[in-house]
Amino acid sequence: MSSLAAATPTTTWYLILAAVLFGIGAVGVLVRRNPLVMFMCIELMLNAVNLSFVALAEKMGDIGGQTTVFFVMVVAAAEVVVGLGIIVSIMRRRPGVTADDVSALRG
Amino acid sequence: MELVVFVLAAAMILVGAIGVIVRSNPVHAALSLILTLFGVAVMFVAQNAHFLAAVQVIVYAGAIVVLFLFVIMLLGVDRSEDLSSEPFKVQRPLAAIVGLGVIGLVVAAVVSSRDAISVRGTGLNVADTLGDGDTNIKQLARSVFGDYVVAFEVTSVLLVVAVVGTVLLTRRVKGSGKDT
Repeated sequence: MSSLAAATPTTTWYLILAAVLFGIGAVGVLVRRNPLVMFMCIELMLNAVNLSFVALAEKMGDIGGQTTVFFVMVVAAAEVVVGLGIIVSIMRRRPGVTADDVSALRG
Repeated sequence: MELVVFVLAAAMILVGAIGVIVRSNPVHAALSLILTLFGVAVMFVAQNAHFLAAVQVIVYAGAIVVLFLFVIMLLGVDRSEDLSSEPFKVQRPLAAIVGLGVIGLVVAAVVSSRDAISVRGTGLNVADTLGDGDTNIKQLARSVFGDYVVAFEVTSVLLVVAVVGTVLLTRRVKGSGKDT
């Protein structure tokens, strides 16, 4: 018990957690049909990558990892704005549409 | 203590992530996503990334999830969908295989190379050693506005393009009643 309480999480634990989070997000993108929920699963995968970047920045003593996470967050915000704009314009024309129904890339 | 924080934050992250993919109501999925994002923010604090933890809460849990909820309400898809029917029978087993394969491969790579990760950089000046509360922000600012200032400027162009593109995309042409 004392050895368990003294154990501190190492970088490997964080990387494994990030891998599991990425896997859950990937399964979500493959399984769900609602484009909004698929988008949320993409956010899960981005967060998994951010988590591993921050863990490795701490481990390697390099602030560049945290800088990368900063840029990933900005790009993710831009991506959400554009993606939700596309989803809104599709849904307005065809309400209740799923990802399968818009497999053809035309209106 | 660190172990307790790690276990609790990991539980938040995993419960939230599973909630996102199994809840049939998109609003519940978005709220589960908030749980995951807060767990990741706790992890950031545990890894001495204090500024990124603040940005995580403000931008992700604040702005992005609110945007998701706003779109869900706007489109009126805030009701449960039927998850029991699956038009493409082999999709779920295949997705499970792909997910487990991704997790297994990455975990195997991480475990097999856990001794290869070594300190290479100049070192993170954490607040404990210097007694200064905002060393993380200073260090990050020096990196973003020093080494990566060109990338930062390109990012601002990206944001402008995204905003203009979205406005063009969702605009209705006046008179014709037809989306652009």
